Amino acid sequence: MDSGMRSLALIGAFVLVVLALPLFVNSGFLLNLAIMVLYTTLIGQAWNILGGFGGQFSFGHAVFFGTGAYAMAVLQVNFGISPWLALPCAIALGALVGLLLGALSFRYGLKGSYFALVTLAFAEVFRILANTFDFTGAGVGLQLPLQESVASMQFATKAGYLYLVLLLATAGLLIAWWLKHSRYGAWLAAVRDNEDSAAALGVNAFRVKLVAISISGALMAAGGAFYVQLFHYIDPHIAYGTAVSVEALLAAIIGGMGTIFGPLLGAIVLQGLSELTRNYLDSAPGVSLIVYGALLVLIIMFMPRGIAGLSGRRA
Amino acid sequence: MLDPAILFPSILNGLTTGAVYALIALGLTLIYGVLHIINFAHGAALMVALYGVYFLHRKLGIDPYMSLPIMVPAMFVAGYALYRGVIGRASHGKDENILLVTLGISIMLENAALYFFKSDTLTIETSYTLSTMSIFGAMISVPKVVAFAGALVATAVLLLIIAKTDLGRAIRACAKERQGARLVGIDVEHVFAMSFGIGLACLGAAACFLLPTYYVNPQVGNGFVLIAFTIVVLGGMGSFTGALLGGFLIGVVESVGGLALGESLGQIGIFVIFIAVLLFRPQGLFGARA
Repeated sequence: MDSGMRSLALIGAFVLVVLALPLFVNSGFLLNLAIMVLYTTLIGQAWNILGGFGGQFSFGHAVFFGTGAYAMAVLQVNFGISPWLALPCAIALGALVGLLLGALSFRYGLKGSYFALVTLAFAEVFRILANTFDFTGAGVGLQLPLQESVASMQFATKAGYLYLVLLLATAGLLIAWWLKHSRYGAWLAAVRDNEDSAAALGVNAFRVKLVAISISGALMAAGGAFYVQLFHYIDPHIAYGTAVSVEALLAAIIGGMGTIFGPLLGAIVLQGLSELTRNYLDSAPGVSLIVYGALLVLIIMFMPRGIAGLSGRRA
Repeated sequence: MLDPAILFPSILNGLTTGAVYALIALGLTLIYGVLHIINFAHGAALMVALYGVYFLHRKLGIDPYMSLPIMVPAMFVAGYALYRGVIGRASHGKDENILLVTLGISIMLENAALYFFKSDTLTIETSYTLSTMSIFGAMISVPKVVAFAGALVATAVLLLIIAKTDLGRAIRACAKERQGARLVGIDVEHVFAMSFGIGLACLGAAACFLLPTYYVNPQVGNGFVLIAFTIVVLGGMGSFTGALLGGFLIGVVESVGGLALGESLGQIGIFVIFIAVLLFRPQGLFGARA
């Protein structure tokens, strides 16, 4: 079996394990943990596609997350649209914002620190706008009306949310797999490693990066939409604040940038750590983020290729 | 339309704030010019300096302006050590790594402040906090005028160091061509750390001038960080005169924008300038082509 089939089989096995999980595990705590791990995998993979596979470091992925979250909430609360219809809309809107942001910044050749800054600035502009307008609930935010039914995507059991986020996270894993084993993925890697030589070989670097940021934006928006369904609430700070941008990039960097399973490994570490800090340190504000920040510094210092890099080959 | 009687004080006010912005941006642009990295921890370092000034006043009764000889060297040493101990080691020769490490440091500092000092907004009370003076008929608060003058003096000192001293020559050499600098015997890592230290020392000075009219809380740096980035990008990355002029410009835009659009939307003016400059003139208004 070649490495492509092997990682595909690994994804399949992973999906089966998660599907079977609610049959054997009754504890709400464990199922919750699984949901949070998959959710973090999803947003980590979104960052990974642009940052890890594409080499474009975004510090403001919240701009896509928040857009997905607000699209989901606004369509349901203000227009009474079914969440099952709102979800694809939210994802499409994330891709569109990605396309616009990418078209603007890549057209002018922004990369490195400049690209990181412009994403950060966009997230900040969106935060101020969401804080100002009435249809986003301004500073108060939006609350989904409680309505426990499959039709309103509010599940009676944890298993429902688990399967929903599994669907989205698996889509992320499959996209990453496709990037590893497709012609387009090879173009993206070439642009990441050396844009000039890639262009000299006839790769349209601008278009390749544009596709990457759109996919990345779509996945991140899916993460935001899921967040709204899970917690029934969104406000400008959660949606467009730096915390979610940092969480997404941390999951990918800890696990291993540019790898298929990196974000999953990173998500397990992050959620495990956040459980530990919650239980063993007091739950004072800031503690888990202090640990996150320290972790980022230590990982860059001692294992810049992340956990997946430890095995010596790129998974 | 805006009445000149309101507009003029608003512009003056913007200029005084702009001088402090310029001082913050100078530190950032120095670090960028030499190390070619953006110090994402700049805002968090300013926040730390503001807490330093606050506690010196609160616990030891030291006037904010008298804190200058303490805060400037303290921030310099902190910056030097931070570069030597963490940032330089973690970089592995890659600029992206420095970007991420400074992000990590800023998250740690900000949340450590949140943990230890809670999210309360703190201010200090001095005899001159509320005093004002009249400039061409416009009432301006005295501490803001002091901040304006202080920031200009600090900037002049910084420019003199860069232009006239051996250290300044070494810094300029490393900024231009680090390989060449190494070949002629300059200890490049030392110069990098010195630049980082001087960059943070600017923040120490800025904090002393800011606190009498400002406040401190764990998130206070965030507001400044994007403003300072905007100024640096506007003035051209690594350009000192650019940072100075950019500082004044942004100060005025913020002040007049706030007057015209209201507090919340007034902020957007800065970001719009930032994004527009990044997109259309990333070399800055005054900078040479990068």
